[in-house]
Amino acid sequence: MKALRKYMDKIKPAFMPGGRLAKLQSVFDGMETFLFTPNTTSHSGTHIHDGNDLKRTMITVVVALMPCLLFAMYNIGYQHYLAIGQQASWLEMFWFGLIAMLPCIVVSYAVGLGIEFIGAQIHHKEIQEGFLVSGILIPLIVPIGTPLWMVAVATAFAVIFAKEVFGGTGMNIFNVALITRAFLFFAYPSHMSGDKPFVMTDGILGIGEGTVVNSYTGATPLGQIATHAGGETLALTDVVGNPITTYDAFMGWIAGSPGETSMVAILIGAVILLGTGIASWRIMCSVFAGGLAMACLVHAFPSPTYAASLLAPFAQLCYGGFAFAAVFMATDPVTGARTHIGQYIYGFLIGVIAILIRVYNSGYPEGAMLAVLLMNAFAPLIDHCVVSFNIKRRLARAKQ
Amino acid sequence: MLSKKNKEALFNPLSKDNPVLVQILGICSTLAVTVKLEPAIVMGISVIAVLAFSNVIISLIRNTIPSTIRIIVQLVVVAALVIIVQQFLVAFNYEVSKQLSVFIGLIITNCILMGRLEAFALTNKPWPSFLDGIGNGLGYTIILVVVAFFRELLGSGTVLGFKVIPQWCYDHGYEDNGLMILPPMALITVACIVWFHRARNTELQETN
Repeated sequence: MKALRKYMDKIKPAFMPGGRLAKLQSVFDGMETFLFTPNTTSHSGTHIHDGNDLKRTMITVVVALMPCLLFAMYNIGYQHYLAIGQQASWLEMFWFGLIAMLPCIVVSYAVGLGIEFIGAQIHHKEIQEGFLVSGILIPLIVPIGTPLWMVAVATAFAVIFAKEVFGGTGMNIFNVALITRAFLFFAYPSHMSGDKPFVMTDGILGIGEGTVVNSYTGATPLGQIATHAGGETLALTDVVGNPITTYDAFMGWIAGSPGETSMVAILIGAVILLGTGIASWRIMCSVFAGGLAMACLVHAFPSPTYAASLLAPFAQLCYGGFAFAAVFMATDPVTGARTHIGQYIYGFLIGVIAILIRVYNSGYPEGAMLAVLLMNAFAPLIDHCVVSFNIKRRLARAKQ
Repeated sequence: MLSKKNKEALFNPLSKDNPVLVQILGICSTLAVTVKLEPAIVMGISVIAVLAFSNVIISLIRNTIPSTIRIIVQLVVVAALVIIVQQFLVAFNYEVSKQLSVFIGLIITNCILMGRLEAFALTNKPWPSFLDGIGNGLGYTIILVVVAFFRELLGSGTVLGFKVIPQWCYDHGYEDNGLMILPPMALITVACIVWFHRARNTELQETN
């Protein structure tokens, strides 16, 4: 440690204004604060500091995402070996998923952090840690079969147009990871829905080679519902045609975007987020409440035309990206509502709209992404209404 | 012919006083007709024609228009010219007129037109008004063409209908960006041009 500290102190002058590498000051600054806790203190006024700074907040969210990430890797391998009809141990499955997902994670971080670094150099600002979470969220919500260059283009677009132009970390209106997914969804629709992208059918680097079995279809359960031919009962199947139940969806052994399949992993993440107080329980609970309320409502009027209305209310929450969006997307403190009453309204409407789009708009098999983005746009308005209502109420009370 | 004032009327709208980039007018049609380059060019020429001639006509009769009914008079003049342009297009370039559909008719509601008539033609002589119409029309057309160029190139892989992105790229996994064809990307493309333009012309940057 001491040697490192000495080395950092030795090269520091070069990065200071007037030094040889002054242009890279924020890179040096970022590295130094990454390695050592900064010992600068404020010189005026009284300050109360919480140890829970931006860095720790971000890392906690990343930790909360770990169960999802690990299960995602396992499930990618599981779906792959299921599709090619081979037996494999869970370690092989995990290993396959790891090397399938790793390039996507690397690309997402490299592009996103690259742009943030360059932006920080140009504006001579500190490098913010905001992308740490977005960078891991992106591989979790993008289908595993998405070509890497598309991930790179979408990440670049999202970081520049959803974040940097608004002023960087903490200033964005829309969730950066969801903008990445929305960009891919509208720009390359054939890679984001249907039966191609959600399951790896080819081997990687010679691992998991094989041909898919005859009964293979790669459609996700919600994809199957979207193309449901009619009839009063739903027959959902896994990728090789065996029937699946809500229990499978709860545990996560279904096809889908990597992070979203397992309700169990998501709930573990939710417990970490709520236990550490990072995420707002008001938003999280009201998203589930809104989703459940809407799911009950649509299930009360089942119709074969809108096949998703045949799903039982609880199953509605287990399939697709609903739970993932509720726990990790809706609770983003930057883009969500801040007032307590506002958070209830914001979350509830996300749940309602997500199920509404999923059931009644045949163009979009899943509505969670669009619901969160839509409510992101309305969050400031909700807050404004809550605050001005509160002011009016208190003024009225003061006049009495 | 081209005094300093006239030159300003003609050239200012191209960059420093561009109707789309600086005044943010005519955005609606910029979003709607810029999916392909050809309709964008035709639309631009139509707007130039309507804008130039309506400016001249209004300028000629500017002293006889009672100011209480001036908006109606302007609308009648613009509507008449738009219908002439529309019929001309239907007669000579039917395919493009079908692609542009309602948007030629909607030139009437284009904010640039009423803006120029109110702000310039009503208080200036015919010749400067004509130049002002041409200048603003060109300023609008330039933006339309730039936006349409990028949207057609990235959204369809073509320019003016010719394939420019080689088949080799498609064989190696490149795909056209479907979002470019949707209206939101026109808005973002215009935003990028505004960004670039303000960065080059620092005097246009708002301070806050």
